[in-house]
Amino acid sequence: MEKKLGVFICWCGSNIASSVDVDKAVAEAKKLDGVVHAENYMYMCSDPGQQKVKDTISEKGLDGVVVACCSPRMHENTFRKAAGSVGLNSYLLEIANIREQCSWVHQNNKPLATAKAVSIIEGTLDKVKENLPLETITIDLTKRVCVVGGGIAGIMSALDLANAGYEVAIIEKEPAIGGHMAQISQTFPFFQNVPQLLQKKIEEVNANPRIKLYLNSEVDVLEGYVGNFNVTIRTQPAFVDPAKCTACGKCLEVCPVSVADEFNRGLSRRGAIFRYNQTEAARIPVLMQSDCLYFSAAEVADATSCRACADICPEQAIDLDSIRTLNDEFVGAIVMATGYDLYSPLKMPEYGAGQLPDVIDALAFERLLDPSGPTGGQVVRPSDGRVPKHVVFIQCVGSRDPERHKAYCSRACCMYTAKQARLYRQQVKDGTAYISYMDIRSDSRGFEEFVQQGMEQENLVYIRGRVAKVIAEGDYLRVFTADTLSSRQMEIEADLVVLAMAMEPKAGTRELAKKMNVTIDGDAFLSETHIKLYPVESSTKGVYLAGCGQSPKDITDTVSQALATAGKIQLMFSNETLIADPLIAEVKSDVCSGCGICIEICPYGARLMNNFTRISDVNQAVCQGCGACIAACPNKACELINSTSRQFIRMIGDFAGKAEAV
Amino acid sequence: MSENLLDKVTSESGQAIALCYQCRKCSAGCPMVEEFDFPPNMVMRMVQLGMKDELLKSKAIWMCVSCETCGSRCPNEIRIAPVMDALRAQCLNEGITPADPVTVALHTSFIESIKTFGRVHEATMLMTYKWKSKNFTSDLDVGLKLFLKGKIPIMPKKSKNMAKIKEIFQEAGK
Repeated sequence: MEKKLGVFICWCGSNIASSVDVDKAVAEAKKLDGVVHAENYMYMCSDPGQQKVKDTISEKGLDGVVVACCSPRMHENTFRKAAGSVGLNSYLLEIANIREQCSWVHQNNKPLATAKAVSIIEGTLDKVKENLPLETITIDLTKRVCVVGGGIAGIMSALDLANAGYEVAIIEKEPAIGGHMAQISQTFPFFQNVPQLLQKKIEEVNANPRIKLYLNSEVDVLEGYVGNFNVTIRTQPAFVDPAKCTACGKCLEVCPVSVADEFNRGLSRRGAIFRYNQTEAARIPVLMQSDCLYFSAAEVADATSCRACADICPEQAIDLDSIRTLNDEFVGAIVMATGYDLYSPLKMPEYGAGQLPDVIDALAFERLLDPSGPTGGQVVRPSDGRVPKHVVFIQCVGSRDPERHKAYCSRACCMYTAKQARLYRQQVKDGTAYISYMDIRSDSRGFEEFVQQGMEQENLVYIRGRVAKVIAEGDYLRVFTADTLSSRQMEIEADLVVLAMAMEPKAGTRELAKKMNVTIDGDAFLSETHIKLYPVESSTKGVYLAGCGQSPKDITDTVSQALATAGKIQLMFSNETLIADPLIAEVKSDVCSGCGICIEICPYGARLMNNFTRISDVNQAVCQGCGACIAACPNKACELINSTSRQFIRMIGDFAGKAEAV
Repeated sequence: MSENLLDKVTSESGQAIALCYQCRKCSAGCPMVEEFDFPPNMVMRMVQLGMKDELLKSKAIWMCVSCETCGSRCPNEIRIAPVMDALRAQCLNEGITPADPVTVALHTSFIESIKTFGRVHEATMLMTYKWKSKNFTSDLDVGLKLFLKGKIPIMPKKSKNMAKIKEIFQEAGK
């Protein structure tokens, strides 16, 4: 049975009406096949305009509607809702865009614009004729969350979600949560004590019964889709049983291994069994398998295995034969809070890092400033323990260097360098702090004032220019630079050089992103869907982004973003099920040959081979209706529902026919 | 690289010299800048960078007439005149030969006159200045006119409270 169609042409004030003859268009539309009603109105999207559409649908029993107006991005939803409210399946209403694609681009040729508008309407009518009435798809929703990364982003996100009543699993690669924030001494711009701030949040995590911690753990496999993810978590063996360990520390003393301590950025040494950091949560020692002689001896046939720690432990809490474990977490949403690493100073040989012990990176300097750090908070030279009298802080090391290193600005360095230089000057009253900079980027509340106070109160010497090289000369370091403010070459005799290294995505982010089906940018930072309007949504529905894994940022911005992810997930969890648009791909099972090309091409992982039928299925919850599989299918076995090839060929025929006539 | 010139000059002048960000408003408006070997903005930079030798031997620190044009315009409220004073004092204290001895001769003659009489006595001050600067012929025409108008009295008048003057000098000398 032929559909009874209605056409509603909008003037959009004069936007459409000044270049399209809307009366003529109505007259032409009335002549078209199946059209039982056509009219125009000044603003169809207004309440009276929508009322006209609704009334006509009811009075004339329309079963297909074309609204010729602006882009469907503007008002498709408006009109579909209106149609739905009077009982017409909303997928039987289509928008014919005669503004952006017609009136605006043909302002000086009214007859042509009118003819084109009519042909757009005709094409859209032909589409509506074959549109199927559709229902939205409902998807089950598991109201649990997995947070990947236990830094401050993961902690804050997890706490909000847990306090809102949802169960959260935090997956942390290291033996303790806290991330890089645990290495930092004080904040900018108010010199707040970071260990105290962080400890409070860690305690909240530990005390919250809804939060489960997976330490020494990583994501092994991710399966499923929004609302229904299954995360397989691989946990390294916990050689020390926390239930038995009394944290007596005897094992730490007997371990014969001595390696550089990563947490203290190599400023101290540790055994293969050690305390990860100084926080209360890390009082139970951890054993690093890769450093331990028991494990390296296993590879050498006649070596005697070291079991010193296990033997001395009075509680028998150490089991060197523990094995790694796998656990599954079934969750509805995932937060990627994977964090950053500092770019390796070894990549800047001109600054001597790695060879000169008194050239250190910014996190190492934080360890020097931390009262519970390796020097008890005293700023001293790593080489000889002497208090440095001239310290050169170099900003933008590896950042803003598109040819050789990273093109981007690492954002936090201007501020933490100012903070570090101020803290140094507060401690070493007769010292001098030079800061080599390109620009001072102090673009948040209180930041510019903080830098100014540093100059005024601590007499920080800012030198604009990039340091060329740092060499050792006798007892000190010679820093070759330029002062572009006075246009002269400079050499500074320094005792300590601190490098504000670029931030880069945590090692392994690229591989993890692939597992999680999250797109990354050229620097391997996780990409958001839209930088302005969807800043915490990843390319995969149900996977959210927070913290420095998405882009370099300070604690303030990291926490804002983490809380935003928690808000977004709570919004999702406010429904009992998820609703998806039915405008997705479908497969003609009698045509599909099971070649699998669509599975390769799908950017959302929505296509899966059905092992039983050998036909490629569409996961309705994941498919976004992008059409990639349709274009790729060699047998034309895929179609996009309500945008079939047949519909589009007819539309093209309508346009082409009209073009000939004009 | 001297040991913390910036800290020293900052405390002696009472000016937050580290705040200078080289906008050059001071130099743009300085009426004496053509006589300077380093413009005022550069003097600030040299203090920040600790370039003590070049600064103390510079002509710039002696050419400033303390008109305060720069200080009243500076966006960071740095008054350059006291900075120049602090640098001059350091130059003399360290026994460095000033780049412009004539200016120093005028300054010292002026101060000596006040020390002796409690106020400036032009005739003796000028004689001291001429002697110190070994420059006997300059400004004679103006001097003669002033003398004929009675602006350069021959006899000095002492301040009535020389004890107080002495006290001030003792205080300043500390």
